Amino acid sequence: MPVKTWRRPLDADKVKPPKGEVHLLKDRCKGCGFCIQFCPKEVLEESNEINARGVHPPRVRDENRCALCGFCSAVCPDFAIFTTEKNCQGGC
Amino acid sequence: MATTTASVEKTRPVVRSGRRFMSGDIACAEGALAAGCRFFAGYPITPATEIAEHMARRLPEIGGVYIQMEDEIGSMAAVIGASYAGVKSMTATSGPGFSLMMENIGLALMTETPCVIVNVMRGGPSTGQPTMPGQQDVMQARWGSHGDYEIIALAPSSVQEMFDLTVEAFNLAETYRIPVFVLADEIVGHMWERVNIPEADSIKIVNRKKPTVPPNNKFAPFKPNEDLVPPMAVFGEGYHFHATGLTHDERGYPRTESAEAQTQLVQRLCNKIRKNKEKIVRVENAMLEDAEVAVVAYGIAARAALSAVRKARATGIKAGLLRPVTLWPFPEEQVAQVSRRVKAIVVPEMNCGQIVREVERAAKETPVIFLPKLGEEPHKPDEILDAVGGIQ
Amino acid sequence: MTEEIPHPYEKFLRKDRIPHIWCEGCGNGIILNCFARALDELNIDLNNVVVVSGIGCIGRVSGYTNTDSFHTTHGRPIAFATGVKLANPELKVVVISGDGDLFAIGGNHFIHAARRNQDITVICANNFIYGMTGGQYGPTTPLNTWTTTTPYGNIEQAFNLVHLATACGAVYVARWTTLHTRWLTESIKKALQKEGFSFIEVISQCPEIFGRYNKMETAIKMMQWFKEASEVQHFSDPAKAEITPHRITVGEFIDIEKPSYGRLLKEMQARVAEKK
Repeated sequence: MPVKTWRRPLDADKVKPPKGEVHLLKDRCKGCGFCIQFCPKEVLEESNEINARGVHPPRVRDENRCALCGFCSAVCPDFAIFTTEKNCQGGC
Repeated sequence: MATTTASVEKTRPVVRSGRRFMSGDIACAEGALAAGCRFFAGYPITPATEIAEHMARRLPEIGGVYIQMEDEIGSMAAVIGASYAGVKSMTATSGPGFSLMMENIGLALMTETPCVIVNVMRGGPSTGQPTMPGQQDVMQARWGSHGDYEIIALAPSSVQEMFDLTVEAFNLAETYRIPVFVLADEIVGHMWERVNIPEADSIKIVNRKKPTVPPNNKFAPFKPNEDLVPPMAVFGEGYHFHATGLTHDERGYPRTESAEAQTQLVQRLCNKIRKNKEKIVRVENAMLEDAEVAVVAYGIAARAALSAVRKARATGIKAGLLRPVTLWPFPEEQVAQVSRRVKAIVVPEMNCGQIVREVERAAKETPVIFLPKLGEEPHKPDEILDAVGGIQ
Repeated sequence: MTEEIPHPYEKFLRKDRIPHIWCEGCGNGIILNCFARALDELNIDLNNVVVVSGIGCIGRVSGYTNTDSFHTTHGRPIAFATGVKLANPELKVVVISGDGDLFAIGGNHFIHAARRNQDITVICANNFIYGMTGGQYGPTTPLNTWTTTTPYGNIEQAFNLVHLATACGAVYVARWTTLHTRWLTESIKKALQKEGFSFIEVISQCPEIFGRYNKMETAIKMMQWFKEASEVQHFSDPAKAEITPHRITVGEFIDIEKPSYGRLLKEMQARVAEKK
């Protein structure tokens, strides 16, 4: 579900949201779709490939959108996806 | 373990030694304490209630735990839990509670949990006669839970044996990682006799074998030693092991799909006792060496039987007594040997025929005379004497 | 998008048992995930954690946690856990089991452990059905639901578990759905650290069976029901929190202090030892 705010936050210039890196353990995925469905930034979509379990694991559509909310990690029943913070020293 | 206050034990022994006078139920409880039992979970039931009451009073004195669970099913579950947390544990009940415990007795067998279950047998079936003796649960002890397994059951026939055999029960439980039954009856449980309680350091205590690999290493919790018994890790030692009532492999993981796993596990659980039978089986004989008639009796019936045998000898009849101390595994070889020498075997039991079936099986062609007795009175020695005397 | 880094919760799982047997989208996996996260955030010594479960799909959870664990007979994990905790009070004993295991066959053990205020945490995966055996009704199955043993619709009222737990005397009572992952993790953390009997009801999706029988054939459809129907209300009256198709009240209901059985037992043992 994408998150839409009704106005731009007043401190948007001061706060730098973290950037996340998505890690997939593709062969663990059972294709429930929670991560794709519930990502607030629409980072993921169903891929065309088929994993060892015969389902389509997710793929990252646009990693730049990931804000490291971690919901995909938390809601995955199969420990097949997690996020780490991207090192943004050289710019992201 | 948080349940033994070592300072209390150093100043005075847990069980006072010497010549004492007490009832069978209390002797059983004191025997448990002497054996190192520090957890009792149970539910009051006549005629075993006194065991619970005595434990409720004594265990807190030595940092042990008494809990009265909501029913016998919960009691047995708590006993298994405490044993898996490393504490010697027991429960005590009678027929109706014994029936309730059966499923979890199966769990204890399957998970190889050392523990002791005392059944002070009463008249059954169902609610029966709570205050009257019986020996009606001896087959149930062997076959009462579903599935295939072997058990160990001891039958005390005196207050002294209520003490001694309860200690022995704990030792057997720890040696073979198995629930051990003490099958008493209402008379042995409620009668008062003299007991000689030995000094604490002269009582032999056995503890479960521990794993030889250090924690946080690969450890298979159900991999047996040569004696077919796996060393036992307990919770909190760092082995992170899993145990289940499902058929499992040596790692403890469920193997519900494998015939091989089922065969290996169930056969080992049976062979654990069968292959060690000689070390487990105990009988006590009286005047049996040259006997022409044998009496096989256990529990309270054995008291009258001994008296009858003595009376018979006084009148010139060569009678002898074979008293199984372990009812299970049943002393088949001992009975078979005796059957080859005697003209007949008399079996008095306070039921409609249970151990007598085992005697008949072992005695083969030798005639077996069964003397049932139900109700409040145990067999009179003369009743047994008549049967012995009637043999040509 | 690389796969070289292991999942951060590997150490809480038995690697040789993953992937688990649960269906795609099953709530049990999320409960395991939140439990692992709670253990991680509390930095608990895993050597002291014992996970006890009963029979049912969620009952398999004890086979997946990298802790000492035990899988009991049906309905008995709470009684078993009581024995464990009393024998070694240093251990953190957690019961994770299902609605049928804890409240049908195991109901008696639940009410008494709660009454006694035993120091254990009980997490109930409430999926409204007996999934493992193919979809029979249970004590939390809503009225009129079709299941294999209510083919004409369920004519039994369902338990309101938070109300039941409160009435029995639990000192911490909370309900969350598997969608409320963060809240659920925080509740688990709180429960693990709280003295006394803590109970967390987790509304969990069984899309394969309950969902399929009730027009929510996919896991996402069930989660959408949770999203639409749930309402976070802290410390509302548990008696009014029964679950309907249109409302699942979630939140913390009870968080009180009461001396636990373990504390009273210790005090009693000290008193008795002193007298002697």
